[in-house]
Amino acid sequence: MDENQQRLRDVTRRLFFQKTGYGVGGAALFNLLNKDVKASSQAGEFQFRTEGLPNGLHHKPRAKNVIFLHMVGAPSHLDLYDYKPELQKRTGELCPDEFFKGKNLAFIRQQPNLMGTPKDENYKFSPCGVSGQMISDLLPNIQSVADELCMIRSLHTEQFNHAPAQLFSLTGFSRFGRPSIGSWVSYGLGSENRNLPSFVVLITGSILGAGNSAWGSGFLPTVHQGVEFRSKGDPVLFLSDPDAFTRQNRRDVVDHINYLNRINYDFVKDPEIETRISQYELAYRMQTSVPELMDISAESKETHELYGTSPGKSSFANNCLLARRLVERGVRFVQLFDQGWDHHNNLFNSLRNKVKSVDKPIAALIKDLKQRGMLDDTLVVWNSEFGRTPMAQTTSGTGVINKNTGRDHHKEAFSVWMAGGGIKPGISYGATDDLGYSIIKDPVTTFDYNATILHQLGVDHEKLTYKYQGRQFRLTDVQGKPILPIIS
Amino acid sequence: MASNRMRTVRIWVCIKLGVSIFLTKPGLFAVDFSKDVRRILSENCFECHGPDNEARKAGLRLDTQEGAHSLHEGKRAITPGDLNKSELWSRIITSDPDEIMPPPESKKFLTAKQKKTLRQWIEEGGEYAEHWAFQHPSKTNFGDLFSSVREQNPIDTLVRRKLDSIGLGFSKEAEPEKLVRRLHLDLLGLPPSISEIEEFVEGSRNGQPDFYHNYVDKLLRASDFGEKWARQWLDLARYADSNGFQADQLRDSWAYRDWVIGALNSNMPYDQFTIEQLAGDLLPSSTLDQKVATGFHRTVTCNVEAGVHAEKNRVDQVFDRVNTTGTVWLGLTLECAQCHNHKYDPISTDEYYSLFAYFNNTPLEVELPSSVTDVQHNFIGPYLTLPMSKVRIEQKEKLKIEIHKLEKALSSKESDPKKGLEIWIENQKSKREQDLDKALMKILSQPKEKWTAAQEKKVKDQFYLSAAETKQLKKNLDKVKAEYESIRAYKTLVMEELDQKRVTRVMKRGNYQDPLHEVKPGTLDVLHKKKPDYPDNRFGLAQWITDKENPLTARVAVNRVWAEIWGRGIVRTLEDFGMQSEPPSDPVLLDWLATYYMDCGWDLKALLKVICTSRTYKQTSRVSPEIMSIDPENKFFSRGARYRLDAESIRDSMLASSGLLAKKMFGPPVMPYQPTGVWRAVGRNAPVWREMKNEDRWRKGIYIVYRRAAPYPSMVNFDAPDRSACTVSRPRTNTPLQALTLMNDPAFIEMAIGLTDRVLRESGQDDFASRLEMLYLLSLSRKPSPKEAEYLKQAFDRHLNEFQKDRDRALNLISQKSVFYKPEVKDAAEFAAWFLISTSILNLDETVTKG
Repeated sequence: MDENQQRLRDVTRRLFFQKTGYGVGGAALFNLLNKDVKASSQAGEFQFRTEGLPNGLHHKPRAKNVIFLHMVGAPSHLDLYDYKPELQKRTGELCPDEFFKGKNLAFIRQQPNLMGTPKDENYKFSPCGVSGQMISDLLPNIQSVADELCMIRSLHTEQFNHAPAQLFSLTGFSRFGRPSIGSWVSYGLGSENRNLPSFVVLITGSILGAGNSAWGSGFLPTVHQGVEFRSKGDPVLFLSDPDAFTRQNRRDVVDHINYLNRINYDFVKDPEIETRISQYELAYRMQTSVPELMDISAESKETHELYGTSPGKSSFANNCLLARRLVERGVRFVQLFDQGWDHHNNLFNSLRNKVKSVDKPIAALIKDLKQRGMLDDTLVVWNSEFGRTPMAQTTSGTGVINKNTGRDHHKEAFSVWMAGGGIKPGISYGATDDLGYSIIKDPVTTFDYNATILHQLGVDHEKLTYKYQGRQFRLTDVQGKPILPIIS
Repeated sequence: MASNRMRTVRIWVCIKLGVSIFLTKPGLFAVDFSKDVRRILSENCFECHGPDNEARKAGLRLDTQEGAHSLHEGKRAITPGDLNKSELWSRIITSDPDEIMPPPESKKFLTAKQKKTLRQWIEEGGEYAEHWAFQHPSKTNFGDLFSSVREQNPIDTLVRRKLDSIGLGFSKEAEPEKLVRRLHLDLLGLPPSISEIEEFVEGSRNGQPDFYHNYVDKLLRASDFGEKWARQWLDLARYADSNGFQADQLRDSWAYRDWVIGALNSNMPYDQFTIEQLAGDLLPSSTLDQKVATGFHRTVTCNVEAGVHAEKNRVDQVFDRVNTTGTVWLGLTLECAQCHNHKYDPISTDEYYSLFAYFNNTPLEVELPSSVTDVQHNFIGPYLTLPMSKVRIEQKEKLKIEIHKLEKALSSKESDPKKGLEIWIENQKSKREQDLDKALMKILSQPKEKWTAAQEKKVKDQFYLSAAETKQLKKNLDKVKAEYESIRAYKTLVMEELDQKRVTRVMKRGNYQDPLHEVKPGTLDVLHKKKPDYPDNRFGLAQWITDKENPLTARVAVNRVWAEIWGRGIVRTLEDFGMQSEPPSDPVLLDWLATYYMDCGWDLKALLKVICTSRTYKQTSRVSPEIMSIDPENKFFSRGARYRLDAESIRDSMLASSGLLAKKMFGPPVMPYQPTGVWRAVGRNAPVWREMKNEDRWRKGIYIVYRRAAPYPSMVNFDAPDRSACTVSRPRTNTPLQALTLMNDPAFIEMAIGLTDRVLRESGQDDFASRLEMLYLLSLSRKPSPKEAEYLKQAFDRHLNEFQKDRDRALNLISQKSVFYKPEVKDAAEFAAWFLISTSILNLDETVTKG
């Protein structure tokens, strides 16, 4: 098509959408087409256009939404998901030279000892469900949903320090400045709910080292950045009216603003004014929809028991339940961050305590989604920035193992999982060697992992691009391919 | 130039025939390689057939005419004028999947339009032209330009020529109220005061010839100018007050921020501005200020996680310096060449590391404080201690005297023969055992001469506590001493060159642990030559960058200035002038501005003056249906710019309207109101937000502490970046979060209360109309229209009536707990009703928009 004509059409379309008053950007375009999408998606078709996907989805999607559980600090996968009896046997032996010499390790400075999972009842691994996946008894609830999980035991990364590894995992680049996976998805697919953002972030514990950049929009328009829904204070910053304001006061003020804005529009005719009018209406609606969403008190007793939630509390469990509520309302990408997994010392005691806060709610989330028929089109992913070493790290830097021992950062291999959203349930993919140090089968890069998430959403990761500084950027840089064998 | 004229005539005919024909028939004109062809080739072919010799397939090069026209395995990619003998063409149109280009696996494909363009280009000879941005800007020869009327301001002549070509004329001049507001917002980032509006409107109506020019000059002299224009530069400089990454501790480099403001206010020429920031420390007998200026490249993020290797950190910082330098001054994306030869622009990896060599002689910037058990590095690296200001020295002197006085008072109490220390000690000794402080008694059992200093202190402290008077004296003394200690010389981060130069080697795929061959400092071959007298250090590099032979520096800079005024650049991709960039919408205008900038001695204020006094600038921003159909994006500058203000200007403007704005300049960053829980990072030295309960909370946005992991949230909602990396242009969004911020952020509520208070106090008259007029003038720089006034009068009466019935709620409404400012309230109901009107006005699109 003629480029000029295309441009004019684009402009007209932009104006049209602004006029209709659903905001700017991909999210807005999608919002408007939302009804059509719903109608047509029932017929198995999923057609829409957004800023990021001007020609619509690249292929039939298997998932509509993503719930992304990111464990900040790197849980010890060797003690949770990657069962290594040989490592247990050789605990206390000096590690092979090739595990240490010429390697980049964050803290270990002397050739360390190998360290397996303790041979203790509490840390036992068991085959679970029909699939027989080996999962630690530390995670009894997750064990009960083993048949829903696709375990990937062969992920590896390029970075071995937290903040750069978090950025690499979540933005595909180990330094600041690139858009996060959630913002790419928002840019590509927009939201299904015009009263809520398309990308919502929920956090327990302190903010991770990568800071807001972990859910930032980089060079993409800022409408695509993750919006944090907080469990204390205003769920969304500045959501509540000033003290002593009634709803009627707020309605009146919005009416004043929009009336006067309309007078100005009639004079200036700048379509931006119309957009602003619609944004004030949306803000007004959000003031009701967000608190309603965040209030979990109306959930059934069974649901609360399942998740271990209590209304008004700030917890990972509450966030898991909120994730389901968000997805239910059409939020495209929900990302949970949970801080506190960086067990350099006192690993076994700390891990045992820490898993208690996530085991039950994660399993509950999977069960709840499944029983509501939502797991089919919701992709749930669980990951961390890297894994932990099969070698012991001790406070003295030497390898003598005692109760204070922990594990260092490990980038060569770690375990993560995906569930629902068209991923094969109850399978394992990839494997590490007997000592859990390196990958011996089907290595998966961070790019492959992210490409797979996009693939399930109907997006070809090579085609979701944004031109910046003269280059077509994408989430997966110039690498990555979806892990096709795990897709059902 | 007959052909030029012919072409314009043809365009004109097209317009007469109807715009649609003009837009759909590109074949009417000869294809322009730079404008039409290069981007098709670079997007689709250069990755495998471009400047990167390592990635080049089949040895074929399509980024040079030589490569494309030469005989290659018996064929030519392009045989000028002969499609059938042009392999490029046959490979494009073939249906054989093994033959077709671009290959299917590249996921690139050519549109019918692009094919048509290539076809026409080959038919017309397949000539290449050097990339426009790598050629020196050409002097504008106005004699050659088509224009029936020669405008006084060259910008207008050039813009008019473009407008003629699309069948539009200039829009009419904006009303004086609009124009004065536009000027103030553009140059100072603040709306005009009421008296300034009056002065300008009056002056414009009187038609004094130099009035407008003089007015612009006056604004350019105001100190607000530097604060407004520093914002754009600080985004480029990724200036922030914290390290970034884990813990994200604060560090001091605000003296650099102040340097930028000062340099802009003193109108430092852009070449000097550049040299001082890149190499102020290397100038012969460099001044303190010049050293502070090098803070530009010490603003880089730094990861203090213990696991980080110090050298890796350093190398990452150098990468950032090279890349940022490329983006800011050259408009080039150098980082591609960090790992491989650039795919699009003629920049090799060796050249990248030659630039790297200029920045490589830096010390490590982190060190582990003690042993391997530490979880964080200390952030070190060169700091400069700043001299203390006279005011602070005096403050310190005063405190010293105060300390002395208090100490004297205490010591006289000690030596009191009746109630003094000696007596007290004796009394202690005679106390019953159960009342005794054992530790104290142990000391007292020893002879005085044997007490250690700590023991003596303990005894005395106990003594002071024993009586109300001494207790108070001691408390005061401690407080004054702490204050005395807290007044220390400030420090700021600066660049420093190692005496022992580092050897620079190319790093394989950018990995510092994988060094290849050595390279020497050097510049880019595709641009102008470095003069032999430039030293091989950052100073030499800065001279090369600001050399008037450099085709990029001036263009990149004027384009940014233009974009700050117009909301869009002449080259739309402000951050990229390379092969993949968008060609300038008006290359002649861009070159004229660039040449003017260099010729006037890189004088930013002169550049702004010529822009702001142009007819182009003064046009109204109203959009007529005609403009909407022909120039909807204002690509041809057919109307005045209208766009939302940036985050800082929104805050500053509302502070100014409300009368709260504290105009104090410079100094350590401030912490105004911020919701709790925004700063949540943990770790050693994790900073804490301490809301300022004094007028510092009303200082301009540029002085608010910039913490990378969690920048000031209301600014983030208005598209402020986190400053972790160089930001060339901020996006400009329009979101519900912005509405929520302006309606509910207690900082903005405080401004609305301040504004209400000001209007009620200062309007002079008590009637609704005069008050509303003042409210409008303060916030929108104009009077309300009758329609607006009528609507608001009704609204106000309704609110007043409501609050008169419920005065308690009215009082609650205007005594917000997060609001520090205490207004003068005579009648709570009236104040509350006005408050609802004020907050509405502060939320208007027009209030946050320059138009």
